Amino acid sequence: MPTILECRGLRKHYGDVHAVDGLDLVVQEGSCLGILGPNGAGKTTTIEMLEGITPPTEGNILFRGRPLDRAFKEKVGIQFQSTALPEFITVKETLRLFSSFYREARDFDEVVRLCSLDDILERDNRKLSGGQRQRMLLALAIVSKPDILFLDEPTTGLDPQARRNFWELIRGIRKENVTVLLTTHYMDEASELCDEIAIMDRGKILERDKPARLLAHHFSGALVRVPSACVDGDRAPGGGSHQGDSYEIQSENLDQTMRELLAEGINLEGLSIHKPDLEDLFIKLTGSSLRA
Amino acid sequence: MKQFSAMVYARTMEFVRDRGTFFWNLLFPVVLVFGFAFAFSGNATLFKIGTYGIAPTGSDFTRIEQSQFIPYDAAKAGEEQGKVIDRLRRHELDMVIDYDAGAYWINEKGRNASLLRRLVHVDPAMASFTERRVSGDPIRYVDWFVPGVIGMNMLFSCLSGVGFVIVRYRKNGVLKRLRATPVSALSFVSAQALSRFLIVMVTSAFVFLGTNFFLHFMMKGSWLDLLLVMSLGILSMISLGLAFASRFKSEELAGGIMNLITMPMLGLSGVFFPLEGAPKWIGLAADALPLTHVTKAARDIMLEGSSLVAVAPHLLFLLAFSALSLVVASLLFRWD
Ligand SMILES: Nc1ncnc2c1ncn2[C@@H]1O[C@H](COP(=O)(O)OP(=O)(O)OP(=O)(O)O)[C@@H](O)[C@H]1O
Ligand SMILES: [Mg+2]
Repeated sequence: MPTILECRGLRKHYGDVHAVDGLDLVVQEGSCLGILGPNGAGKTTTIEMLEGITPPTEGNILFRGRPLDRAFKEKVGIQFQSTALPEFITVKETLRLFSSFYREARDFDEVVRLCSLDDILERDNRKLSGGQRQRMLLALAIVSKPDILFLDEPTTGLDPQARRNFWELIRGIRKENVTVLLTTHYMDEASELCDEIAIMDRGKILERDKPARLLAHHFSGALVRVPSACVDGDRAPGGGSHQGDSYEIQSENLDQTMRELLAEGINLEGLSIHKPDLEDLFIKLTGSSLRA
Repeated sequence: MKQFSAMVYARTMEFVRDRGTFFWNLLFPVVLVFGFAFAFSGNATLFKIGTYGIAPTGSDFTRIEQSQFIPYDAAKAGEEQGKVIDRLRRHELDMVIDYDAGAYWINEKGRNASLLRRLVHVDPAMASFTERRVSGDPIRYVDWFVPGVIGMNMLFSCLSGVGFVIVRYRKNGVLKRLRATPVSALSFVSAQALSRFLIVMVTSAFVFLGTNFFLHFMMKGSWLDLLLVMSLGILSMISLGLAFASRFKSEELAGGIMNLITMPMLGLSGVFFPLEGAPKWIGLAADALPLTHVTKAARDIMLEGSSLVAVAPHLLFLLAFSALSLVVASLLFRWD
């Protein structure tokens, strides 16, 4: 796959704060890359430099091999983490306004369909609910038929159902082979939508790979837990240890662990098996919880 | 072009639908005009009489009740008398008497002219005075006041509608969102300016024609010339608004600065009261303000029937002021 966007040695310093601290990134045409990181990791700063909104302190950014110029603005779709909308005009009028900015704008009805805006077209921008507003902001980002779409925490603050609906919209848009770069705090969102995940902390990318490969690389097997009470104090089946209320085994081979437990005659009533997920990986890499 | 008209439309709709601001822009000046027309319609003093020299002893005339005698410096009679007579012509005085020269002036269109003449004739000390006549239609305070109110409304509307709103857009991120599109700063700013131009033109015309329907303002000059003065006035104040909005990010700060601009301008531009007797430096300061030139040019056209050529210096000032402000605005403008 050809490269659509790349940056080398990207830095942004605000006085002593190194918001982004030496970042190399290559994004493939048509892929979806998710940037995960705790608050203040530098996600917004990174994405806004890539959008051409914030000038970098150092480093360069190329879109299809060329620096970001006016032509780039016709090709990029942006949803900011927080934006105000022009007041006193309706969703429909706002869409028409933004369509007018681009040489090649998407068909109005198509935007409405892609972002499910049918029922709120005549509503004043100020009267939208959180979910409707996010849909509207997404619509503004795609009125131009962008080749690359930047979404900064597009589903923060939405209820679980609304988030799932939003993912559907993104999947629909991705069918057009749009490249998507999104930031999020939600692991499920990243694994649902993204081909690749970059974990970011303190202005640096710590790891970047396909979600499954990241997990396979950092964790093997699963965590098996049984209630402490079921295991006598001096025995240690499967080489586990007592952790608070539960007895935990880091198991490489579930089959064998189960057999060992049964052989010891341990009651499996309260057993749980936990597959390490991105959340665990995140904690392992950044030392902090994702939604800190 | 398409994006330009879409932006003008969006901004105009924003104004029209913002009911509060919309009605404020229309009602405030109308209320002011009617309020002042009413407040200044009654006249407590019966006659206002300008005098030169000392009244002859035994004159009954000086004893007329409820009259205000304004003594002028007889030594300056030569150079000043023209101006004093002009005041008579404009009905700001009812009569001028020069006791030394044995002459008096009255305005033959004045309501009190014949009464005053009779009072002179029955006063033996003055019966021999010669009568000089001038003629001029009465100018009510409201005739004089209305160009000032419209200019003032223009000033507020442009500074808040262009200046303050751009600061708000910058603060809440609307500008940032626009910056992420191919829209250029120039096209955004000109769309804001054009929308406001149309709005102020229409509201000013409405206020003027609406109050004119009841109050019948004096209009000696050409409507077209007045329209030109108004257009240049709006242009200069929009430019001022743009220059002032080019950097600020805080609405509070912008609000403060706006007061800092408008308050002295209202005081110095002679919107409410003429500044003729004010110290020289005030006159100089006033001449640097666009509002002064708008109101002066409009008054000259309406009250004295001045031609475009006669008010050209005011128009040139407004043009130069606009150009300068626009240059400053474009040099300082920031999206964020
Ligand atoms: N304009 C600015 N001036 C000074 N410091 C800034 C500015 N913008 C961001 N920072 C700092 O840079 C760091 C990274 O901020 P950034 O907004 O990129 O984080 P983020 O990963 O998007 O966080 P969040 O998940 O909370 O949105 C933070 O420490 C922040 O305080
Ligand atoms: Mg952020």
